Amino acid sequence: MNYPVSRPDAQAYADSIAVEHSGVASADSGKSRTLWGDALGRLKKNKLAVIAAIWILFIIVIALSADLWVPQVLGDPNSTAANMAAESRLPPSLEHPFGTDTLGRDVLSRVIYGARISLTVGVVATGISTAIGLVMGAIAAYYGGIWDTIIMRLADIFLAFPYTLFVIAMIAVIGNGIQNVFIAIGILGWPSIARVFRSAILSVKQNDYVDAARAMGASDLRIIARHIFPNSVASIVVYATMNIGGAILTESALSFLGMGVVPPDPSWGTLIQSGQQYLQTEPWLMVLPGLAILSTVLAFTLLGDGLRDALDVKMKDA
Amino acid sequence: MSCAAARCKNQMREGIAVIKYIAKRILQFIPVFLGVTLILFIMQNVVPGDPIKLIAGERKLDPTTEMNIRAAHGLIETDADGNIIYDENGDTIPTSMPKRYVNYLTDLLQGDLGTSYQRGTPVSSIILQKYPYTVQLALVAIVIEAIVGIGAGIISAIKRYSFWDVLVTLVTSLLVAMPAFWLGMLLQLIFGIWLKGATGGAVSLPISGVAGPRALYPDWMYYILPAITLASVSTAYTARIMRSQLLDVMNQDYIRTAKAKGLSKGAIIRKHALKNALIPVVTYVGMDFGAMLAGAILTETVFSWPGIGRETYVAITQRDWPIVMGSVTVIVVVVMVINLIVDVSYAFLDPRIRLGSSKNEG
Repeated sequence: MNYPVSRPDAQAYADSIAVEHSGVASADSGKSRTLWGDALGRLKKNKLAVIAAIWILFIIVIALSADLWVPQVLGDPNSTAANMAAESRLPPSLEHPFGTDTLGRDVLSRVIYGARISLTVGVVATGISTAIGLVMGAIAAYYGGIWDTIIMRLADIFLAFPYTLFVIAMIAVIGNGIQNVFIAIGILGWPSIARVFRSAILSVKQNDYVDAARAMGASDLRIIARHIFPNSVASIVVYATMNIGGAILTESALSFLGMGVVPPDPSWGTLIQSGQQYLQTEPWLMVLPGLAILSTVLAFTLLGDGLRDALDVKMKDA
Repeated sequence: MSCAAARCKNQMREGIAVIKYIAKRILQFIPVFLGVTLILFIMQNVVPGDPIKLIAGERKLDPTTEMNIRAAHGLIETDADGNIIYDENGDTIPTSMPKRYVNYLTDLLQGDLGTSYQRGTPVSSIILQKYPYTVQLALVAIVIEAIVGIGAGIISAIKRYSFWDVLVTLVTSLLVAMPAFWLGMLLQLIFGIWLKGATGGAVSLPISGVAGPRALYPDWMYYILPAITLASVSTAYTARIMRSQLLDVMNQDYIRTAKAKGLSKGAIIRKHALKNALIPVVTYVGMDFGAMLAGAILTETVFSWPGIGRETYVAITQRDWPIVMGSVTVIVVVVMVINLIVDVSYAFLDPRIRLGSSKNEG
């Protein structure tokens, strides 16, 4: 194809139109503001979202720095069997704020190390679902027609399965362990992200600047990457944030059923599971890991809510 | 019965629209149904482990018995009378995967869900035995969800920004972020263990199992904790939807008109607002009932409830795939039928919705 205007210029023009149309062009003050700068300002005013963000950061910092300061994850390596029995399932005390487990390990330390696994599962599984969902959603919305039908029917099939059973069956097929938990939760999570991204693209696609870009000969990939993606990224960010909480919950359920992270790796779900049998006598063993899940999932939900309001994303299925 | 000709015609037209819509939805079921069964079938075939080992357990089988079992489960080719077919070398012929899938579907459509590898009993009888427990639990849970969720939502909306509204918002946020199985364990701890200890064993709730002839508690008590656990998350959502819908409706023009007419706030809410605000809530509750009928693996596991969810989960861990495939297939069909009923009744509840005319694809 030959165009009188050189390609880079044409695309720069199309890009500038895109920015104008996304409604975030320069403000009256003359100082240029971006969508994200604007959103950050609004987010800062939302106290709950700020607290949630601080809590998430706090958990991340603690989880990452655990090796430097968290004591006695595996108890004292030199302890004898008798010692270990003496250390076993101690009630909460100053030394062990949340008691110790059957093997004499400090529950608080286990929960802190569990944060690594649970957060990693949340983020990586969401990353996988988002990546698959974006590609599927983009193909369905941009190419439409038969592609749209095939992908959306496939999404229907995935969504028709009872979710927990589907994840468990998937784990039964591919085996348990952390990587497989990533894969199972990640693969099964794509349909909802694909639907969100698809409808976001469909609404962006109708804008004139997309037609303008196409008229100037921009490739499909470029239009998607340069125009459609930036204008629908807000809804994806909101959705992914909320999805992390969901993935953490799913991981805890899987581990609770003994089909997720395998002991001795401490995920929050496995900690609750191993505490279950001592519910009658040592209930603190399952309480703290549960509180860790509750607070973290709540933080991701509140942050997601805050981002949704700040970025002004309209969620269809909130 | 007589009605004006024009009205009759309209009613007939609407009736036809509903039937057309139902037919269209049933047609849409077909690819989803095929897809679900195909995915299950593929899973069954890539899962590690030879089914014969599961059927035989620790026993050592002689080749003839093993062959007969393979034939009975359709793993090798047989003729119309069930006799094993051999190739020219005298070996059995393994049934090809596509053929087994077709056989599976054929049996399924005739109501034959296969036979459990480990228990040797028909899958359909296992499902018939377990499903009632799931349905009963779901019924109790949905009643809790409807009453508590709708009630909390209404209070929250009427007394907006009051203490009660804040409380409902807080509790619903917590419930949604909590692993349901953990909530179940907390309830067991509080009502089964602490309450028992505090009252010297006089007052407590059963924390596991179902009612039976030798049960320690009255039958109905066994439903309380599992049903609350199962209903928890969706009760929170019901309350949120109810609140936002009612607030939405209260901003409509016809409510302002009613106010201008001098109706009291209570009368406005009862006669005008609630009816319209309830429609999406009822839809959500209906859909959720479908989801509950899919079996609650976690709730059923925590409370040792012998329902279909737990049964399927146990079957997955034992690699007893006929049970997994049978129950998931039944569950998927039940959920799809419930969702269809909800969608159709939505149109009856809200005359503004016209079936088939809206673009609800996607």
